[in-house]
Amino acid sequence: MLSLGSGGAKSTKPSFVSYVTPEEIKSEKDPPKQEKHPDLLPGEVEFCSANPILKYTQDDLSQRGVFGTLFCTNFRVTFISDEKPQEKTDKTFKNKLYGENDIPLMCVDHIYGVYDEKRKLITGGLVKNKYPSKMIIHCKDLRVFQFSLTFSKEEDAKKIFQGIAHHCLEEKSLKCVFAFSYMGTPKMQWKQETVMFDSPEDWTQEMKRTKANCRLVTENENFELSQRYFLQLLLAVESWIFCLQSLFNVFFFVCFFFVLENSTDFWLSDVKWFSSLESSGWLDIIRQCLQKAVEVVECLEKDNTNVLITEEEGTDLCCVISSLAQIMLDPYYRTLMGFQSLVQKEWVAGCHAFLDRCNHLHQKDKEYHSPVFLLFLECVWQLVHQHSPAFQFSETYLTVLSDSVHVPVFSTFLFNSSHHRESVMKAESPLAQSGPLSCPTVWDWSVQFDSKAQNFFFNPLYLEKVKHDRAVRKPHKPKHQRNLSLPSTAFKTPPKKGFFKDETDSLKKMLRVKRLSRWRGSPDAPAATTREFFESWQHRPLDYHGLLLPCLDGPAVHIWMQRYLRWIPEVYILGGGSVAVMTKLMELLSQVQDLKRVLEQRDSSQAAKLDHRPYFQHRLLSFDSSGRLSSSFPFAYTCYRSFKPIIPTGLMQSLMVTDSLASQEDEASSVVSFV
Amino acid sequence: DASGDFSKNNTCKLTFLVTDWRPSYYLFLYFLLFYSSDKDIIYICPFNAAVKGKVFITNYRLYFKNTDSTPVTLDVPLGVISRVEKMGGASSRGENSYGLEITCKDMRNLRFALKQEGHSRRDIFEIIFKYAFPLSHGMQLFAFLSQEKYEENGWNVYEAMEEYRRQVLPNSEWRVTFINKNYELCDTYPTILVVPYKATDEDLRRVAAFRSRCRIPVLSWFHKENHAVIMRCSQPLVGMSGKRNKDDERYLDLIREANGTTKLTIYDARPNVNAVANKATGGGYEGDDAYQNAELVFLDIHNIHVMRESLKKLKDIVYPNVEESHWLSSLESTHWLEHIKLVLSGAIQVADKVSSGSSVVVHCSDGWDRTAQLTSLAMLMLDSYYRTLRGFQVLLEKEWISFGHKFASRIGHGDKNHADQDRSPIFLQFIDCVWQMTKQFPTAFEFNERLLVVILDHLYSCRFGTFLYNCESARESNNVRGKTVSLWSFVNSDTSLYINPFFTPESSRVLYPVASMRHLELWVTYYIRWNPRILHQQQSPVEQRYKELLAVRDQYLKKLEELQLSDSTHLTNSSTPNAATPNQHITHLQTPF
Repeated sequence: MLSLGSGGAKSTKPSFVSYVTPEEIKSEKDPPKQEKHPDLLPGEVEFCSANPILKYTQDDLSQRGVFGTLFCTNFRVTFISDEKPQEKTDKTFKNKLYGENDIPLMCVDHIYGVYDEKRKLITGGLVKNKYPSKMIIHCKDLRVFQFSLTFSKEEDAKKIFQGIAHHCLEEKSLKCVFAFSYMGTPKMQWKQETVMFDSPEDWTQEMKRTKANCRLVTENENFELSQRYFLQLLLAVESWIFCLQSLFNVFFFVCFFFVLENSTDFWLSDVKWFSSLESSGWLDIIRQCLQKAVEVVECLEKDNTNVLITEEEGTDLCCVISSLAQIMLDPYYRTLMGFQSLVQKEWVAGCHAFLDRCNHLHQKDKEYHSPVFLLFLECVWQLVHQHSPAFQFSETYLTVLSDSVHVPVFSTFLFNSSHHRESVMKAESPLAQSGPLSCPTVWDWSVQFDSKAQNFFFNPLYLEKVKHDRAVRKPHKPKHQRNLSLPSTAFKTPPKKGFFKDETDSLKKMLRVKRLSRWRGSPDAPAATTREFFESWQHRPLDYHGLLLPCLDGPAVHIWMQRYLRWIPEVYILGGGSVAVMTKLMELLSQVQDLKRVLEQRDSSQAAKLDHRPYFQHRLLSFDSSGRLSSSFPFAYTCYRSFKPIIPTGLMQSLMVTDSLASQEDEASSVVSFV
Repeated sequence: DASGDFSKNNTCKLTFLVTDWRPSYYLFLYFLLFYSSDKDIIYICPFNAAVKGKVFITNYRLYFKNTDSTPVTLDVPLGVISRVEKMGGASSRGENSYGLEITCKDMRNLRFALKQEGHSRRDIFEIIFKYAFPLSHGMQLFAFLSQEKYEENGWNVYEAMEEYRRQVLPNSEWRVTFINKNYELCDTYPTILVVPYKATDEDLRRVAAFRSRCRIPVLSWFHKENHAVIMRCSQPLVGMSGKRNKDDERYLDLIREANGTTKLTIYDARPNVNAVANKATGGGYEGDDAYQNAELVFLDIHNIHVMRESLKKLKDIVYPNVEESHWLSSLESTHWLEHIKLVLSGAIQVADKVSSGSSVVVHCSDGWDRTAQLTSLAMLMLDSYYRTLRGFQVLLEKEWISFGHKFASRIGHGDKNHADQDRSPIFLQFIDCVWQMTKQFPTAFEFNERLLVVILDHLYSCRFGTFLYNCESARESNNVRGKTVSLWSFVNSDTSLYINPFFTPESSRVLYPVASMRHLELWVTYYIRWNPRILHQQQSPVEQRYKELLAVRDQYLKKLEELQLSDSTHLTNSSTPNAATPNQHITHLQTPF
């Protein structure tokens, strides 16, 4: 029983002791004899393992857990329970590459060791000496794993600890990334609908689609000059000064609030939740990015000014701002394929330095690390959250995409530029003659999810544009086609920086220069004109297929709950949350579709008269209707929590000191004592 | 919104105000026009700058309509007004410096500017002052003048005996007593009370002597399966000397015995220190040694003054402009959501205890503010009946209105003393808690957000008698049932407006919301509804989509039915075996609906 009330909460940092002694385990049950091994992916190699390891159950304070074997492979850290797997854990939303007890090596964020009840961040130096009694792994997807190493043989424990620490923390070369060993080939040929922007044809196509009035420069085909594609040269901005390091710090700070190891930490941090969130500055950065994108949109819409977004290398915040602006302007980028093409165009072909920014190789030099892509996804999430019917993809899609960045299988996030990719692939390919090695792209979702699970990527509320001519798929034609496709000015060749600087300078001279505000470290009050721009947009009837602007007032900007809170059992609403509504919607949708089918079968001429409203094309999500779903669905599905409510502790933390009002009586006239 | 729902129901009578405001249209039966500005008055709209227009005042409302190009209308029931002030004097300089400032109870302020000639504001000020605060001027509240007619009589929604019978009461453990039929035992309780079967009326009288304002522990809710109960009362009169009362101690033990609970849990809603401080004024709490079979838990909910200040701070950061640079920390510093969290988590503890089979007693100081919040929220979690449109009305009638939440004092209906220390948004806080629950469980409630907003609007409007007066005895002596219309007459005359399409009845389910700041949100569509810049969608996209689909489904079903009908006539003529197949399909399909 939890202790309640003001004094009830444990106010000290919990000590990480196991309350289960080895004797207790033995008495609990006999250790299983047969050895279990993980199902290895093609190309996956097991490095080391240890048994028995206790994996603590996260959602309770009693420090109980499950015994099993811990493995480290060239792909992941994985835990296999000694207990028989429960048969009913067949879930619709299952990742084929890794499960709930797997941590891809790239996904490990920090490892802590508990030595004599003292907790230390594991870095290279600590590994050599003794191993900790408890190992805590914080993941980049915000999961937390806690393993006790005290029950297995000393050398096994030491080996597994050192193995995990080495493979997760030590600097390594790109060649060692699992993607280069992965031999998985998708069963079906991947139907490529996403425009990859790796050929001039793709660019020509995109220019046609957007009716852009520009010339494709192909003289750079062999990446001699730099990898760049100017669709239009757009101008107006002064360079953006923003320190990526500070973005990294802010993000580190914000993650700190979400990676929670136990209930006590959760309730202690709950009291100051809002102010902590604010002081992290993360939401402000999101607001500023969206604000800048709105300013860019405003220039394009109102003044017909072309916009050139520049920063030192043009491949970080430029990508964020230009991608966001395009999503606001062009409904095509709000479809799943369109969005993927946009990421491909602005980020992958646009030379965002994924490898450095995500720090896949654990380089010690922190200067280059920065969660820029995640920042972008979170900005997109704000748009999805505010204007849900305008987006074909769901928030689950964005969450999964954000996770996929740390799955070392996809070529998409492994390189710093297309040039980098080409050269590495050429070098790594065992048979250089027969073409480069092929890693799957993240857009081939069949690598991770079966088609049923992929249905969760689609937003059932998407208001598809009714197509009058079903045969010919018309390109979306927003009214402001002129400036639609904003390329991030994709230069990424540090040695030649000077050249581009000169080039842009001369461009600035040629074109009328209008300066937008610079990026500033502190939140800017939006320019009055931008405010007006938003308000005039707001006064017009909302068109989900037209221009879309975000509301940036305080109460309108939220934290990405699904991504950040999905592993925290304290916030699961059993039988509630938006999934409850979605389940109802899906049930009704399938009823309607069934009815329609029956009617069509009955009479084909009748069917012609039936509705062809867009929602009939929606994919059905299969919700497990047998149990009550929790608000964290489709993530953290295996939450078999009881129906007992979670009662907050530490309630009085901040309310203790109120003014004299608190001690006043409710009624002006005090109680009269009866005798 | 407030004006919208009003005109919805009285479309024929009231739309004139919206569409046409020429004087000839004003006079009709029970809305009397007292004022119409012959010159333009300027409404200093915080969102659109100054708007020129005309003001009309009836005995029910203040109405403003623009005469210049900015389309702005205001429709403010006078009951909403908490304060009217003159701003600027005859010699004030500067544009729009002379006029009126009106503070409203529903999170907005209105400012009007007039020309500084011929005491132009005297009339309008006096009329507003008089009719917004009729009780301070020896006049009646509007509810007594209104002669609205509705098909259903909302006063019949709640009959105490009927509700107790629904709860399977009386029974072998609990009896109904009429000891209070003339309000002799307790003047702030209803006439019908449910008490332990073994407690005699004489016992009740003796217990009353030891409970603040004679509000003895009485039954609020009975758990049909495990027979645990929720009891409500006021604090015991322990005082500085630590008095004991054998009758009270025995009475609580009778409650415990009724279902064989080993330890009765007493939830004192107050913070521990406040309960101790209450001893100085004769109150206090149940001590360990006196009540040996009881366990006392303090729920740390603050008093009415703290809540009033908290809401005041909240208003400061949302009206007229939403605090921009530090929204979250400003929100936190109002503590409004933190108080919500405390109330909710208190109710969760009560509900959890009861559903685990233990009886509970809930009290605060007098047992009409925090106690009402806790018992009604716990009942909402435990009993799905209260989550229906009808059941929710019953819940409010029972736990709030009949058990004497002091609406008149807390809201200050028709009273000019805007700074009265008795005013406090306790009921608003409760409705906010309900809203938080509907947010977390979007399929569990039959009613929607709109109902909650309408309830709050008419909490202040004085158009209906439902929330008038402090207790049942006062309501009876003023013949509220006979002379006023119930809010439920209005609501139940068009329930379709308040129905949540996602409602899925689930009878046996206890609903535990998550009382964490991660999930608690500011109710933007209520507190910031006057601000046009904050995006609030008229209807959520999911709801819209769902309703569209429902319409399509019904259309298909109709079509199928027609086809079936023609089939059956067809079948009698010819006996083709093929025709049977689709029919089977249809019967299969229809079952789920």
